[in-house]
Amino acid sequence: MNIIVCIKQVPDTANIEIDPQTNTLIREGVESIINPFDMYAIEEAVRTKEKLNGNVIAVTMGPPQAEIALREAISMGVDEAVLVSDRAFAGSDTWATSYTLACAIRKIGKFDIIFCGKQAADGDTAQVGPGISMHLDIPQVTYVKKIEEVTADRARVERMTEEGYEIIEAPLPVLFTVVKEINEPRIPSLKGKMKAKSAQIKALTAKDLDADEKLLGLNGSPTQVVKIFTPPPREGGEMLTGSTEEIVDKLVKVLKDECKSKI
Amino acid sequence: MAIEIITEKCVGCQACLSACPFGAISMEGKLAVIDFDTCNLCGACVDSCKFDAILLRKEEAVAQDISAYKGVWVVAEQYRGDIQSVTYELLGKGRELADKLGVELCAVLLGKDICEKTDEMIHRGAEKVYLVDSPELLQYQNEPYSKVIIELINEYKPEIVLCGATSTGRSLIARVAVKINAGLTADCTSLDIDQEKGLLLQTRPAFGGNIMATIICPNHRPQMATVRHKVMKEAEVDTSKSGEVIKKVYNDNMLSSRTKLVNVIEEEGSTVNLSEADIIVSGGRGLSKPENFALLHELADALGGAVGASRAAVDADWIAYSHQVGQTGKTVCPKIYISCGISGQIQHLAGMSSSDIIIAINKDPDAPIFKVANYGIVGDLHEIIPVLTKKIKSILA
Repeated sequence: MNIIVCIKQVPDTANIEIDPQTNTLIREGVESIINPFDMYAIEEAVRTKEKLNGNVIAVTMGPPQAEIALREAISMGVDEAVLVSDRAFAGSDTWATSYTLACAIRKIGKFDIIFCGKQAADGDTAQVGPGISMHLDIPQVTYVKKIEEVTADRARVERMTEEGYEIIEAPLPVLFTVVKEINEPRIPSLKGKMKAKSAQIKALTAKDLDADEKLLGLNGSPTQVVKIFTPPPREGGEMLTGSTEEIVDKLVKVLKDECKSKI
Repeated sequence: MAIEIITEKCVGCQACLSACPFGAISMEGKLAVIDFDTCNLCGACVDSCKFDAILLRKEEAVAQDISAYKGVWVVAEQYRGDIQSVTYELLGKGRELADKLGVELCAVLLGKDICEKTDEMIHRGAEKVYLVDSPELLQYQNEPYSKVIIELINEYKPEIVLCGATSTGRSLIARVAVKINAGLTADCTSLDIDQEKGLLLQTRPAFGGNIMATIICPNHRPQMATVRHKVMKEAEVDTSKSGEVIKKVYNDNMLSSRTKLVNVIEEEGSTVNLSEADIIVSGGRGLSKPENFALLHELADALGGAVGASRAAVDADWIAYSHQVGQTGKTVCPKIYISCGISGQIQHLAGMSSSDIIIAINKDPDAPIFKVANYGIVGDLHEIIPVLTKKIKSILA
């Protein structure tokens, strides 16, 4: 079984702070991590390989330092890693990103399952996974919370929805985007870390992809950011004090005022 | 590189340094310098520079003939034949955009035995409804739904297509946008028209809500966006309105799916549907033990709301992941969010800070949740919640 997992290096949003003077993000000292949702994708890819025998290749598109994310993936049990990096990719929106990754995956070769996280924690779009499957013309299942069964040519999965979940059968090759509920990512073993240190990371540049250059990077991106701003911070309001009875009375009044239709 | 600082114009004012959301600009002597490995070409610095010293070049591919594209479309969402409320919100916003552009508002409705639902779209402002009614479209499936919508867009050429940022909408419309080479902006919280250029201005949060970005799509049509549920106001019902229904029929090939939907399982009825709830009662580690979630369920039931949870409570296995609110869970924006024993880590705030009213109960007066709460209570939730539930029940009895 040939498995591909797409990952993204993102700033650790847990540590992001806003400069109160300039009202902008403080980026200094913010560490880069593997997108938290991609950790579940890596884990599921490795588990699937362990069950069915095969090979897992991690792919990322990003700047040269994204290699660190790939090495971390290897430490978790991924076999090979490919860094898709070129200045020609800068400014890619989700259209160009999914096109670039699809071209890279075609270049890598035969695959049965592609795993992605449900979305990236910096952009939060959830568009690149479905985009890759469309570019590759393979079926997709988004928000996968459990893989019930995988055989050589089919998979049966549970897809999380607002109302509960769906059970879906898909022929391989297929692309899954996964949610947190699917597994608990492992802590890298010492052996894994050693392997990650010495692993060869394969590099692909724009020239290697057989891609239409007009569709890469800024030029291949239909959308364009025109303004970035920090939303006005929400301010703390009134503190309700008194005895439990008094507090509850105040709360009931708030609920009545704010939700007239119900109370 | 497509971006450069024109050194003759740069005065070293440093305005671009703080404008860059990626921290890619630094000062070298008195000149701003861009680190190309970090730069994302987002263009935020270009606007911030008062001296026109930053140049962002974009080579346009052969421009599409965009003049042929007219009208605003809303992709309706139905579940078991019921139109989902996000559709009415899209129609409300869609009407406003269509009026500003002086064009038609149309809805696209796919499903099985849903002919009579077209009135619901028309009464809420759609002048036309494109209806595809077929057994294969009973439930949402990626392939038939995306193939049909791609075909409709190619045939009728709308300039704007709006879709709910739901698990259905996000899965569907990303496929459509890729296939037709259209720009797509995810999870918008604000939409407007640039009157001068007639472009859709799409504003959305990024970095867990820490920054907002306004995005345009100048040279591709349609301009597509998914819109966050519960942010836009629903279109009002006016039963005197009339409109045209255009029925389309497609062949088996268009309606086929490589994946097969075997079963749909609903969990815990409607109480778990956080994205629909007007009131959410949410619990965290401060609940001390899983059994105490019963207190929150009782209050949520009394208020007709849903129960949410922090990551800490979910990770401790006190409640199912489907209840988790926050960056790795769901993003919610109810009218009232009652947070009980949740400290308010930034990841949790990212999922709920756009709620209309936040009420926080926590023992720790320094808990960060109080910084975003409209009403804060420093106290023991185990005392307060049961009394509150009792009071609400007696009022509603």
